[in-house]
Amino acid sequence: MSFLSVRNLSARVKGGPALLRRVSLDVAAGEVRGLVGESGAGKSMIGKAVLGILPNAVQVTGGEIWLDGVDLLALPVAERRRRIGAMAALIPQDPLTALNPSRRIGGQITDRLVDILGWARARAEARALELLAEVQIADPARVMRAYPHELSGGMRQRILIASAFAAEPKLIVADEPTTALDVTVQKQILKLIAGMQAKHGTALLFVTHDLGVVSKVCQRLSVLYGGMVVEDAAVRDFFAAPRHAYSAALLAATPKYTDPMASLTPVPEAVIAAVQAEVAAYDGGAHG
Amino acid sequence: MGLLRVLLLRLATTAVTLAGVAVIVFFVIRVVPGNPIAMMLPPGATDADIAQLTALYGLDKPIWQQFVIWLSGVLQGDFGTSITTRQPVLGLVLGRLPATLELSIMALVMAVVMGGLAALWGTKRRGTRVEGAIDVANGMALSVPDFLWGLVLILLFGVLVPVFHISGRVTPSLDLPFTTNFYLFESLLRLRFDLWADIVSHMFMPALALAIPLAAIIGQLLKQSLKETMHLDYVTLARTKGYGETHVILREALRNAVLPTLTLVGVQFTFLIGGTVIIERLFSYEGLGNMAIDAVINRDLPLIQGIVILFAVIFTGVNLVVDLLYAALNPRLRHA
Ligand SMILES: Nc1ncnc2c1ncn2[C@@H]1O[C@H](COP(=O)(O)OP(=O)(O)OP(=O)(O)O)[C@@H](O)[C@H]1O
Ligand SMILES: [Mg+2]
Repeated sequence: MSFLSVRNLSARVKGGPALLRRVSLDVAAGEVRGLVGESGAGKSMIGKAVLGILPNAVQVTGGEIWLDGVDLLALPVAERRRRIGAMAALIPQDPLTALNPSRRIGGQITDRLVDILGWARARAEARALELLAEVQIADPARVMRAYPHELSGGMRQRILIASAFAAEPKLIVADEPTTALDVTVQKQILKLIAGMQAKHGTALLFVTHDLGVVSKVCQRLSVLYGGMVVEDAAVRDFFAAPRHAYSAALLAATPKYTDPMASLTPVPEAVIAAVQAEVAAYDGGAHG
Repeated sequence: MGLLRVLLLRLATTAVTLAGVAVIVFFVIRVVPGNPIAMMLPPGATDADIAQLTALYGLDKPIWQQFVIWLSGVLQGDFGTSITTRQPVLGLVLGRLPATLELSIMALVMAVVMGGLAALWGTKRRGTRVEGAIDVANGMALSVPDFLWGLVLILLFGVLVPVFHISGRVTPSLDLPFTTNFYLFESLLRLRFDLWADIVSHMFMPALALAIPLAAIIGQLLKQSLKETMHLDYVTLARTKGYGETHVILREALRNAVLPTLTLVGVQFTFLIGGTVIIERLFSYEGLGNMAIDAVINRDLPLIQGIVILFAVIFTGVNLVVDLLYAALNPRLRHA
């Protein structure tokens, strides 16, 4: 079985509409899977479910999330959290809000190593310094003592990346890790994540809007619509010939690197209607 | 803004504030009818007697002249002489200050502990019946003012189940070895736990009465602010690191949630100190507030002035401490 295997995961807003509809996807060890789809499709929900941080208002109604051979959803909450903390990590979307403003950077990188993995503080600090250098932060020792507000957005995202890799997790979920950054910084950060992933051999679930990014960093991708996986393919096959009409339309709506000025076709209404009908058919069926 | 600048700025504004308070209190209590001299003399005193005493206390001079005399005295540390006790006002007031300080601080500690625990527990159990119960208790605590809580406590623990003393600061028959008037503090330092227990038993109910409404405010505000903080990204990130909810609340959320609460608690603490006036009366607790009421009843003008100025000093002092704490807790202010 893959390192991460999400099986038929369904979730809904408590007493409200379904958000995820029998989602299945796998991420093999060391593999990078892109998760694309329009805003509200449920990309972040999947990432949150995997990391055990679904909002209180959201309830899992069925399915399994296997991480390294253990179904997380079958574990008690505390044990689930520790297991996730020891094996997986998050690179969040917004580096400006993802660091605690009243704690020094050093502690925010070493805390998991010391508290969850039981490392000695000195060893954890040495590791943090090493990682900060690896994400190309000049003067890591000074940054360790700094507070978040003293650092730029790009620096903070580098720190969050270092923190995510600190415990050598087997899986990292990156939820649109560059959208909150300056365009000039986006490329550097993307390169950094791809480089770190390759070097550490970490499996990566990469949430993004941008098929262009997927073509560069991912091996496989899942296309999501309305909480349903409409296509699961190898990136190479997908860009050659998408199978689902919706993903084909999505691809047609993406600017080409070869010809960024070419006119874009928005996803046609007929395609949207068709995929919405699929979702409705699903809801009308036995899975409700 | 650095700590030093906060301090200097506040000292400057404090001087202006105190001057304003001095002017207002001086003139207002002289406008209110009631002659202090007539009240101290026995019935049948002659007009000549009254005139003589009035002159002795300088009350025959025009008001502005009295003010100048009083103010120049104050600036040299002489707050005049109490009309009723004929002792220097400064000594009287400073003699009572420790009692009121100890009561207020005890009440503050109780309020912070009770309110803080309620907020933390309510946050941990948010969205459950526990949180609902805490909200109801907070609402009840807030809907009754401190002096009525005092009466309720007297009925409960003074009369119905008499476990605490309901009157005074210490049992009068006890031999007190103290050199200061900080009884609570000094009894601890001298390791006289017998006396300490007696003092706490006297202080417990008035302090609790003062603490209950403030505890409710702290509980509500801190819980609200904690709950908002629990949705922030860095708190969520901490959860993915493997931490449990209690740890996340205490280490990630608490410090940032405390800041907005702190300012309000400072303001509310000055209200609490104001509340000591009536609470001390209710429990016959020998502090400044009790003395203030006596001074007003007796129209002891110099004493009233002294007490009001001292309260003003305390209030501005509390606000200063809050501002410094805020600056110290907030890394943005500390380094900029
Ligand atoms: N706390 C919440 N309570 C209820 N519904 C929510 C909550 N958060 C998100 N949703 C809903 O869940 C659905 C999926 O949200 P999700 O954040 O996964 O979308 P997404 O694909 O990540 O979109 P985006 O590209 O905008 O980030 C949306 O319809 C959203 O309205
Ligand atoms: Mg999202």
